[in-house]
Amino acid sequence: MNPAIAHDEHHDQPPRGLARWLFTTNHKDIGLLYLIFGLTMFLVGGLLAMLIRVELFEPGLQILKPELYNQLITLHGLVMVFAALMPVTTGLANYLIPLMIGAPDMALPRLNNWGFWLLTPAALLLLAPFGLELMGIGNGPIDTGWTIYAPLSVQSGLGVDFAILAVLLLGASSLLSSINIIVTIFNMRTPGMRLMKMPIFVWSWLMTAFLLVAVFPVLVGGAAMLLADRHFGTSFFSAAGGGDPVLWQHLFWFFGHPEVYILLLPTAGILPHILSTFARKPIYGYRAQVYSYWAIGVLSVIVWAHHMFTSGMPLGAQLYFMYSTMAISIPVAVLFFCWIGTLWRGAITFETPMLFAIGYIVLFGLGGLTGLVLADAVADQQYHNTYFLVAHFHYTLFGGPIMGVIAAAYFYLPKITGRMYNERIGQWHFWLTMIGFNITFMSQFFVGLAGMPRRVPDYALQFADLNMMSSLGAFILGASQLLFVYNIVTTWRGTRDKVTDRVWEGAQGLEFTVSSPPPYHTFTEQPVVA
Amino acid sequence: MQPPAPLRATRNRRLMWLLLAISAGFFGFGFALVPLYNTFCELTGLNGKTGGPVTAAALSGRPADTSRWVTVEFTSTVMPGLPGRFQPQYRRLRVHPGDIINAVYLAQNLSGQVLNSQAVMSVTPEIAARYFKKIDCFCFKHQALAPGMTRSMPLSFFVSPELPAEVHTITLSYAFFRVS
Repeated sequence: MNPAIAHDEHHDQPPRGLARWLFTTNHKDIGLLYLIFGLTMFLVGGLLAMLIRVELFEPGLQILKPELYNQLITLHGLVMVFAALMPVTTGLANYLIPLMIGAPDMALPRLNNWGFWLLTPAALLLLAPFGLELMGIGNGPIDTGWTIYAPLSVQSGLGVDFAILAVLLLGASSLLSSINIIVTIFNMRTPGMRLMKMPIFVWSWLMTAFLLVAVFPVLVGGAAMLLADRHFGTSFFSAAGGGDPVLWQHLFWFFGHPEVYILLLPTAGILPHILSTFARKPIYGYRAQVYSYWAIGVLSVIVWAHHMFTSGMPLGAQLYFMYSTMAISIPVAVLFFCWIGTLWRGAITFETPMLFAIGYIVLFGLGGLTGLVLADAVADQQYHNTYFLVAHFHYTLFGGPIMGVIAAAYFYLPKITGRMYNERIGQWHFWLTMIGFNITFMSQFFVGLAGMPRRVPDYALQFADLNMMSSLGAFILGASQLLFVYNIVTTWRGTRDKVTDRVWEGAQGLEFTVSSPPPYHTFTEQPVVA
Repeated sequence: MQPPAPLRATRNRRLMWLLLAISAGFFGFGFALVPLYNTFCELTGLNGKTGGPVTAAALSGRPADTSRWVTVEFTSTVMPGLPGRFQPQYRRLRVHPGDIINAVYLAQNLSGQVLNSQAVMSVTPEIAARYFKKIDCFCFKHQALAPGMTRSMPLSFFVSPELPAEVHTITLSYAFFRVS
C-alpha cells in the first residue's frame, strides 16, 4: 500500500527513567500511559464491583454497611466511566491516530502531556476520601450514585467535594485531549488522505472529540454550580432558595447521554478494522458508517431527558424524548448491518481480537434492544431504577466499549510490543468473559423484571437465587480479566514470538507499514497515500 | 494535508483557540440553562410553576364566570429537618373562575428556637399552572416563627376564567423547607 515509508532509526532516543514519562510529548508514550492507567483503573473499578457482588451474594447485610455500599456503587460507576474507559479510548487515539493518518506526532504535543497528567490526580481525588476517612477526616468518598443527583449531592459529605474537583480536572483533561485530536485530524493528515479516505477509527474519534468539546463543559458548569450550592450559599438546585433539583438532572444528562456515545464511538470505529482484517475483506459501507456517526452525534444531544421519564414530565415532552430516542436506533442499526456486511462471505478466522469483536456485536446488540424497551416512556415507569436498567447499561457499556477495547488491545498488542500474545490464553479469556458476563447480567434482567430495585444493599428473599447466580458469574468475569493482564505482561516482557510489520494477514492501513514495535519517531517523512 | 512547519503551527493554534472558544461557549450555555429552564417552566407550567405575583387589576374587565365551579384542593409537605406543623385551614374550596379567593395555611413552630421557613408551591395538573394567579402568597418570602408560635399565613389568588374546560380540580401543593 505504501512504499515510501522510511524505517529510519531516529537520532534522539527517549530519556531514561521517570523523566521520560513525566515530560514526554511523544504520542506513543502518552498513548501507552493512558492505556496502562486505564487498565489499572479498570482493575480498581472491577475490584469495587466484586465487593458489591459479594455483598449481594446472599440477602441481608453481610460484609458492607449500607453507607459503604453506596460509596462502592458510586465509585464503581465513576471510576469505570471516567478513569478506565475514557482514558483507554483516548490512549488508543493518541497511539493510533498519528500512525493511521501518517503524521509524525499529535498537533499539540505539550497539551497532550498536560491532558494525561491532569487525569491522574483526578482519579486519585475520587479515591482519596477512603484514606482520609481512615485518618478520621470526613465520612468517605462520594455516595450519591454516579449521577450525583441533587438534592442528595448538595447535602452529602466531603466525598462530593472531592468528586466535584475530580470532574473539573477530568473536564480540563478531556477537553485538552479532544481539542488536540481534532486539530491533529484536520491539520496533520498526510498528502492524499482526504477526509473521506481516513481510516474509520479516525472518523469515529473525530465525532467523539466534537461531542466532548460540546458536552463536557456543560457538566463542568453543573459541577461548578453544585460546588457553589454547597459552599457559597447559592441555590441553583435547592428548592427552598428558588432553585430546582431537576435542573441538575437536565445538566447532568445533557452531558450524560452523549457520554454514552463518547464511550461507544471509538470502539465502534475500531471494530470495522478488526472485522475486515479477519474476514479478509474491505470494510463494508464506509460512507454509511461515517454518516451514521454524524447522525448518532447529532441525535445524542437532543434526547437526554429519556433518563428522566420518572422525574415527572408533561406528556408532550415524554412523547418527544421517546420518539427521538428510538430514532437513534436507526443509525446504530446501520452500523450493525455494515459490521455484518463486512463479515458476509469473508474468509473468516477466529483469533482472539475477532472473537471479542463478534462478542461486541452480540452483547451490544442485546444492550441496544433492551434499550428500546426502556426508551418506551410507558414501560420505563416499570423498569426504571430496577436491575433491568442495570443489566441494560452493562450490556451496552461492557458489551460494547469494554469488549471493543479488549479486542483492540489484542489486535494492536503485537504491533505495539513486536511480540505475539498467547493465543490459547486469549481464547480462554474470551470464553470465560463471555460466559461470566452473560451469567452476571442475564440474571439481572430477570431479577429486574421481577421488581428488584437497584442501589439497595439488601433484597427480598424471592430474589436470592438469581442474585447468587449473578454473583457467581461476576466472580468468573472478574477472575478471567487476570488472564488478560497476565497475557499483556508476558507479551510486554518479550518472551513470545516476534511478529512481522503487518502482524495480521488481512491487516490494512499505514500503522501496519511501520515496523513492529514502531520506532520512537514515525513518519518524519510523509508517507504518500494513493 | 501538511503545509510547511511554521504555517502548520499557526493553523494548529488558530484551530485550537477556535475549539477552546466553542467549549467556553458551551460552558456558558450550561449556566444559561438556569434562567432558560425557569422561564421555560413558567411559560409552560412545567413542574407546576405558576410564576410570580399578579395584581388584582389583571382581572379588570373580566367578570367571574359564575356558571362554572372549580374545586381547589390544598396539601402540604414538611421537608425533613423542619420542626414545625404546616397545614391548610381548609382542605378543599369550591370557587368560580375569576373570583378573588383568600385562603389560609396554619403554621406552628414546634421547636424552642426561631424557625425560618420557605414554602415552595406547585400546581397539579401542570396544564392548570399558568391559569392559577397569585395576588399575594406567604410563599413569596421567608416566614419566621418565634419558638412555640402559631400563625395563620394568608394566600390570595384567583383562577383565570380562561382555564381549559376539562379541568375541574386544581391541587395546590406546598413544600415547606427550613432556611438557615
